[in-house]
Amino acid sequence: MTATLTPTVATATVTHKNDRHHRGALRWFILAGAVIFAVLMLAPFVLMVMNAFKDPAQYSSGGPLALPTSLYTDGLVKFWNAVDFPVKLWNSIWTSAAVAVGGTALSLLTAYAIGIGRVRGRMWIVMIFLLANMLPQEVLLYPLYTMAQKVGLNNSGWSIVIIFTVIQSAFGTYLLASVLGTFPRALLEAAALDGANSWTVLWRVVFPIVRPTLSVLMIFFFIWTWNEFFIPLVMLTTPESQTVPIALASLQGDRMLDVPTLNAGALVSLVPTLIFFLIFQRTLTRGVTAGAVK
Amino acid sequence: MAVQTVAPHRRRSRRVYWLYLIPGAVALAVVILIPFGLNLWYSLHRWKGGLAPQIWVGLDNYRSLLHDSAFWNSFQNSLWMILAMVVLPTLIGLLLAAVLFDYIGKNVGSRTASVLRATYYLPQILPVAVAGIVWNWIFNAETGALNEILRGFGMTNPPNWLGDPHLALPAVMLVLVWIQIGYPTVIFMSALQRVDPELYEAAELDGAGWFRRFRAITIPQIKPETFVITLTCTIAALKVFAPIYVLTRGGPESSTLVPSYYSFLNFFDKSKVGYGAAVATVLTLVIVAVALAIQLLQARSERRDEEGV
Repeated sequence: MTATLTPTVATATVTHKNDRHHRGALRWFILAGAVIFAVLMLAPFVLMVMNAFKDPAQYSSGGPLALPTSLYTDGLVKFWNAVDFPVKLWNSIWTSAAVAVGGTALSLLTAYAIGIGRVRGRMWIVMIFLLANMLPQEVLLYPLYTMAQKVGLNNSGWSIVIIFTVIQSAFGTYLLASVLGTFPRALLEAAALDGANSWTVLWRVVFPIVRPTLSVLMIFFFIWTWNEFFIPLVMLTTPESQTVPIALASLQGDRMLDVPTLNAGALVSLVPTLIFFLIFQRTLTRGVTAGAVK
Repeated sequence: MAVQTVAPHRRRSRRVYWLYLIPGAVALAVVILIPFGLNLWYSLHRWKGGLAPQIWVGLDNYRSLLHDSAFWNSFQNSLWMILAMVVLPTLIGLLLAAVLFDYIGKNVGSRTASVLRATYYLPQILPVAVAGIVWNWIFNAETGALNEILRGFGMTNPPNWLGDPHLALPAVMLVLVWIQIGYPTVIFMSALQRVDPELYEAAELDGAGWFRRFRAITIPQIKPETFVITLTCTIAALKVFAPIYVLTRGGPESSTLVPSYYSFLNFFDKSKVGYGAAVATVLTLVIVAVALAIQLLQARSERRDEEGV
């Protein structure tokens, strides 16, 4: 095999060398294309940053592409005060964090019964969670809205926490169940021989091993809940309970929403997710790919 | 002997695991199963919502849907959403991933490739509502960035992007493509890393050019990821709400109306809760049917591949 291949390798290298000129030009061409595309993808962000700190008068005279001549922060201040940003920020943080922790815990418990406990009918249970994950929120919205009103949780962050803990854990259960399904049985049997009950096994054996997966799930749940729009829009009707994306959308069509205010608002609304993304970037890209192969 | 003592013990201990299902089952029932059932119940009634009386109408709401042009129009727009959120991003993402992985990663440097990848992924991490609001401003007829730029180039009467029934849908689709591209790009890049390089080397030795290698090796090898992307993005496209809400509210003249927004409109603007519930139910059925169809296709293609080997 190797013997027959060797000559071909040699010719291949030779043609490579002859190609080099042609390849050099092509290389820059492709790189330029990829960079131009990246610039186009970034353009809305650049426009946003450039016009967040630009005087409205300069905007109307110089247009969106002119660099701001002075640092205009009135837009930011206006947005910050109009929506009472710290309150919105705190609402987003605590609801997303609660969902991240609660949703992951709930997923772990259910997936433990399915993947490790191998309860009967587990295929069906997984199917139900998969279907629950597919449902459009519209089909749950109005009943949830009336139910929340009945128990006095409408217009409360807790309604968001409860609803999204369950919705996110439908995905988490599906993913974790398949991860735990491949858990080394030898470890479980060893623990059982030592007399550990299922609760001890869960926290002492299973939890430490799947912790990386759990942390990816937590990051996902946090970001997903943070970015949620539809259910919070309907549930959170007064300003003091609203989350960041809803606050920005509620200003739409408002007179005071001039160009710098809008852009400054969008900018501060995405800064938290951006920071979060930069901190967890590595875990996250690993998680995106892990989810894909499953 | 040992086996005999272990077996009954195990069976008993397996029953313990049902306890772990209780929190999940209760939560699922309260937040998903009961509301889903209630929604079905609502869809069989005429109801203005709140304390108004619920009047049983049977399948009337569903029958009215059949003759409702807005309803059909919304599902037709769903096809455009699939084009913008599934087809185009998958094709562009595949191209970008191949360029980044095959070309830039190998010939320019892996750092450049990962910086570019992060750039393409950036729109994915910002809240969709925020993205929509920024684009809404960019497209704004009077103060929008795009028209300001066009005026700067001497165009006296630039189009009203989101206000013109012929332009609103393409404009919304452009935003959706922009949002979506990062997802397939990142997944395809990791898929390409998984492909055995020996396959390419063998093909290269056989004299296959880049395009032939791409078609004969890359595309079949990354099929699993392609199916995952198609499935998740198609479901997302059928569900799409926030971008429509912040960009166009389904307008102008319903040109960007989608099913989820149509049911929202019926719930809260038109106070036709039963009708909105019926729209939501149909949307659910469509999503489940499409998801099943994609999974069946995947199973069949996997079977065919196995037989082929």
